[in-house]
Amino acid sequence: MGVGIQVENLNAWYGANHTLQDINLHIPANHATALIGPSGCGKSTFVRCLNRMHETNPIARATGIVKMGEIDVYKDASPVEIRRRVGMVFQRPNPFPTMSIYDNVASGLKLNGFRNKRVLDETVERSLKQAALWEEVKDDLKKKSGASLSGGQQQRMCIARALAVDPEVLLMDEPASALDPVSTSKIEDLIFQLKSQYTIVIVTHNMQQAARVAENTGFFLNGKMVEFDSTHKIFTNPRDKRTEDYITGRFG
Amino acid sequence: MSTQPTNVPPMQPSPINVRSKAMSFHAARRAATNHFVSGLAILATVIVLAPLAAILFYLVYKGASSLNLAFFTHIPAPVGEPGGGMANSIMGSGVILVLASLMGIPVGIAAGVYLAEFGRGRMLANAVRFTADVLNGVPSIVMGIAIYSLVVMPQKHFSALAGGIVLAIMMVPTVTRTTEEMLSTVPHAVREAALGLGVPKWRTVLSVSLRTASPGIITGCMLAFARVAGETAPLLFTAFGNQFWSFKLNEPIAALPLQIFVYAISPYDEWHRLAWAGSLVLIALIMVSVTLVRIYANRGVLKGGS
Repeated sequence: MGVGIQVENLNAWYGANHTLQDINLHIPANHATALIGPSGCGKSTFVRCLNRMHETNPIARATGIVKMGEIDVYKDASPVEIRRRVGMVFQRPNPFPTMSIYDNVASGLKLNGFRNKRVLDETVERSLKQAALWEEVKDDLKKKSGASLSGGQQQRMCIARALAVDPEVLLMDEPASALDPVSTSKIEDLIFQLKSQYTIVIVTHNMQQAARVAENTGFFLNGKMVEFDSTHKIFTNPRDKRTEDYITGRFG
Repeated sequence: MSTQPTNVPPMQPSPINVRSKAMSFHAARRAATNHFVSGLAILATVIVLAPLAAILFYLVYKGASSLNLAFFTHIPAPVGEPGGGMANSIMGSGVILVLASLMGIPVGIAAGVYLAEFGRGRMLANAVRFTADVLNGVPSIVMGIAIYSLVVMPQKHFSALAGGIVLAIMMVPTVTRTTEEMLSTVPHAVREAALGLGVPKWRTVLSVSLRTASPGIITGCMLAFARVAGETAPLLFTAFGNQFWSFKLNEPIAALPLQIFVYAISPYDEWHRLAWAGSLVLIALIMVSVTLVRIYANRGVLKGGS
């Protein structure tokens, strides 16, 4: 089951560049939340702060409070523990090129020392079914490399890989931006189904996509969160002039 | 290729032929340039391959006739006695190379991992990189003398171990730099995928970065191995050579390049022939071991992998 995320006064820097400024928001459990905004506005930095991927860059740092359920992400746990509870799907599919489809999906468990074959088999099957990829790959699980799949299949495999470690939150950083329309709609269907079990945060440049999959939407601009509200409200009656300008295509 | 635009029937006015006089001149020049450059590339390939083919041919021609079972099973015969072989040298080379690989490859790979994964932009990393490049350029005989004074003199005798150490040191720079280069070709996204799953950094390096880069790293190790397998000068000061069987690591041991050297500078025809045969065997053994490692390393590669 997903957990809600409470963010208070989150600031982030890349070197001297203040990329996130005083972000406050509440992401409700078991809903999909979309983050929109022009390129370079801090959306990706924001989701990377949620699972502490931000700090893998040596010049990056962050301050503030991120609470996932009862856990203070920056105080109560190590980055490694947090990332096990928070799945992440990246902009471009990034399968492990030397691993089979099976090993790719099982990698989160296997690389953390989990060896029980029966449980691994079950997990791989469950995750691939959740990611709507099982039927397409079930005969080649251990024969084919994960990198041999098509782009859309690779991305669904990456989603399965993130789901295999049974996370509470799923972060998706423009998961469909490198995919064709058919694959994109498959990913969107997937998000629609998965949000009953996971808290989903999705960064997107595609406003129709935000409108289709997310209950709530946040609009980011220049490192600040301009507006956060229900998706319907953001797209029909935004409070802020800048939000309106962006969603009507006047800039960005 | 049409050069006669006036011959084109008026029924089919092809836009390509409208200005075909100028076009065909350029096309012909392009085609000629293309053929010329392709020819140069093929010529260069032949120039690269010719010496190798010539050396192999000459080795087979000179050495094959002296190869027999005794060559692989007997130790050298005294001067004047016919027969004898290089069994102890083949084994000695094997012992020294295994020692060198066991010491040199892990150190080289570990240093390469440090350079690529942990030391980006640090002073120590730059120092390591610089040292590796300089070490790569040190003449092998200088290496031999250095290990002679550092290992052989304190021990007061030549040894297989000293031979292994000197070859290991010569392997390190190549292995280090290829490991670093190959790791830096692993996409950042692949590392992020592992870190994002909650895999600790050390595990990511071992199971993801190194594994993804392994074909290139293995090639680097094989290059280093093949390079030191034929080294003679450093072994003169360390392993020294031995006309008899020796299975002890702290005693002088025979090695193929040393035995070839001794036979080649001798005044006896029989020994010259054996030197040729030994050279052929040395090259063959290097090719066989490199091929075996490649086959072994490729056994788990999956369909469609990169």
